[in-house]
Amino acid sequence: MAMLEVKNLHTYYGNIQALQGISLEVEEGEIVTLIGANGAGKTTTLRSICRLLDPRQGSIILEGEDLANCKAHEMVYKGVAMVPEGRGVFSRLTVAENLDMGAFSRDDASGVRQDLERVYNLFPRLKERRAQVAGTLSGGEQQMLATGRALMAHPRLMLMDEPSMGLSPILVEDTFETIKAINKEGTTILLVEQNATMAFSVADRGYVLQTGEIILHDTAENLKTNEMVQKAYLGIE
Amino acid sequence: MLQRLQNISFLDIALWALGAIIIFVVIWGTVATLIENPYPAQTWVETVVAGIAQGSLYALIAIGYTLVYGVLFMINFAHGEFFMSGIITATIFLAQPMKASGFLDAHPVISISLIAVTAILVSVGIALLTERVAYRPLRKAPRLVPLITAIGASFFWQYFFRGLYGSEVKSFPQFEALAGKASILGIPILKSHIIVIIAAVLMLIGLYFFIMKTKVGKSIRAVAENKDVAALMGINVDRAVAITFAMGSAMAGIAGVLFALVFRQVHFFMGFIPGIKAFTAAVLGGIGSVPGAALGGFLLGMFESVGPGLFLEGLGIPAPHQLKDVIAFTLLVLVLIFRPQGILGERLAVEKA
Ligand SMILES: Nc1ncnc2c1ncn2[C@@H]1O[C@H](COP(=O)(O)OP(=O)(O)OP(=O)(O)O)[C@@H](O)[C@H]1O
Ligand SMILES: [Mg+2]
Repeated sequence: MAMLEVKNLHTYYGNIQALQGISLEVEEGEIVTLIGANGAGKTTTLRSICRLLDPRQGSIILEGEDLANCKAHEMVYKGVAMVPEGRGVFSRLTVAENLDMGAFSRDDASGVRQDLERVYNLFPRLKERRAQVAGTLSGGEQQMLATGRALMAHPRLMLMDEPSMGLSPILVEDTFETIKAINKEGTTILLVEQNATMAFSVADRGYVLQTGEIILHDTAENLKTNEMVQKAYLGIE
Repeated sequence: MLQRLQNISFLDIALWALGAIIIFVVIWGTVATLIENPYPAQTWVETVVAGIAQGSLYALIAIGYTLVYGVLFMINFAHGEFFMSGIITATIFLAQPMKASGFLDAHPVISISLIAVTAILVSVGIALLTERVAYRPLRKAPRLVPLITAIGASFFWQYFFRGLYGSEVKSFPQFEALAGKASILGIPILKSHIIVIIAAVLMLIGLYFFIMKTKVGKSIRAVAENKDVAALMGINVDRAVAITFAMGSAMAGIAGVLFALVFRQVHFFMGFIPGIKAFTAAVLGGIGSVPGAALGGFLLGMFESVGPGLFLEGLGIPAPHQLKDVIAFTLLVLVLIFRPQGILGERLAVEKA
């Protein structure tokens, strides 16, 4: 049984259809990437999965449980955390308070302390800046904070929406290193990216999304050598 | 530089000129008053203390406006009615019968506690009901819609309580222990003013601590910034909004009790003027900011109290104390000209509009 099973999602914004029947699966322990151009529907897919949007049709099944009646704020209690598009840090809260909010769903104080240690080890920068208001962080630091905040929920499945967006090449490398490390420690990851080269370098499998439809899915290895993917997403002629 | 000059419009210049004229008149009036010296020092002290007491009430009520604006970007015009509903109910069902039976004079502390708890519960109850029935369904509507609804809710509650309790002014009984003045550092001060100031300051500090330090307080700040991301953290946004209304209206409920202790009368329309003034105070301090609401409240109370005697007396204006509302709203206009986001407001109003 797959950890996450998305079947035939149809999501609309008013009368505009953004997703036309998305199906995908994520197995426990995997990194699965979802790539696609601007406006393909990647964010819409993630927001539908975590119930911020209400799909008109289709189902989302997490470890065998249909989440049809789940509210967005209940998702984290099911073990799903998200690093939203554009980071979405609480800019008027301090770094430490942002991380606190990441652990909002938990009441195991000692576990939360351990995870805070872990986040500060992963991102020493955040520890240095813990008393600072998040709005004053650089883009890279905000990405660390958004990732750290999601980790504070101790999720089993982490949804990441374009974590490399707007970062310098060095920081992009770091970000993908971090993603690999988080996955090694046992968190399953569904990674939305436009940077297909980097995404395929860490992912086990990938889905290609085009105007609201999955047009291709395969292992990352095979996608890298797929002619259409090379042309459209890897910039290889 | 030229670019910047071109961006300054005629309206800006006119507003600055207006501001400058007002400030000039205020300084002139103040200097003239000080030269004339019409009041003894004791009167000034009393005026200042009365201003702080009045300001405490504004500050407590202003908190409700600023909290709700902070999370929903909406001006809750029914807030003055939340303030009224608690104390008017507690007066009719507790204060008046307890006075008549002699219980209030025999057990003043128990009595005031019961009155306060009742007033808070009723204010909070009315606020939660209004939020659930009138505001929550409109959360995704254009911003004008909840605004109009709030004005409607304000009228609804005014006439609801008029129908329930009648339109006449109801007297709130005197507490013997609070009658007269006490001497602090040799200065005689009304006991009711002392109670109001102490209670308000304690409540404001408590609320600030709650918002800044507790988990629930932090979650409310998170919801104020980004409802979707807050939900991803596991925060129940509807509940956080309800808690926000509950806190603001609890403050208003307490303010109602303090108001009754000072003015010793209540009626169905009593929420209107303090509501508008507290809204002014919240804008003055920077709407959305909790310390701003407190500061705006105290400043407004102070200006209203001290202003007429200090600024207007020296200009030879007769009966200056009838003009305290003019001072209040002139202060608002001045702040909006020179600092549109309010004294402690961080962002420009346009950014959120
Ligand atoms: N709030 C909205 N209202 C109406 N249409 C929307 C809204 N959000 C997204 N869309 C539309 O839905 C489609 C999918 O958008 P989505 O944000 O999911 O794309 P994306 O793949 O995440 O793009 P990007 O790489 O730019 O983030 C787009 O055509 C977009 O214009
Ligand atoms: Mg997107």
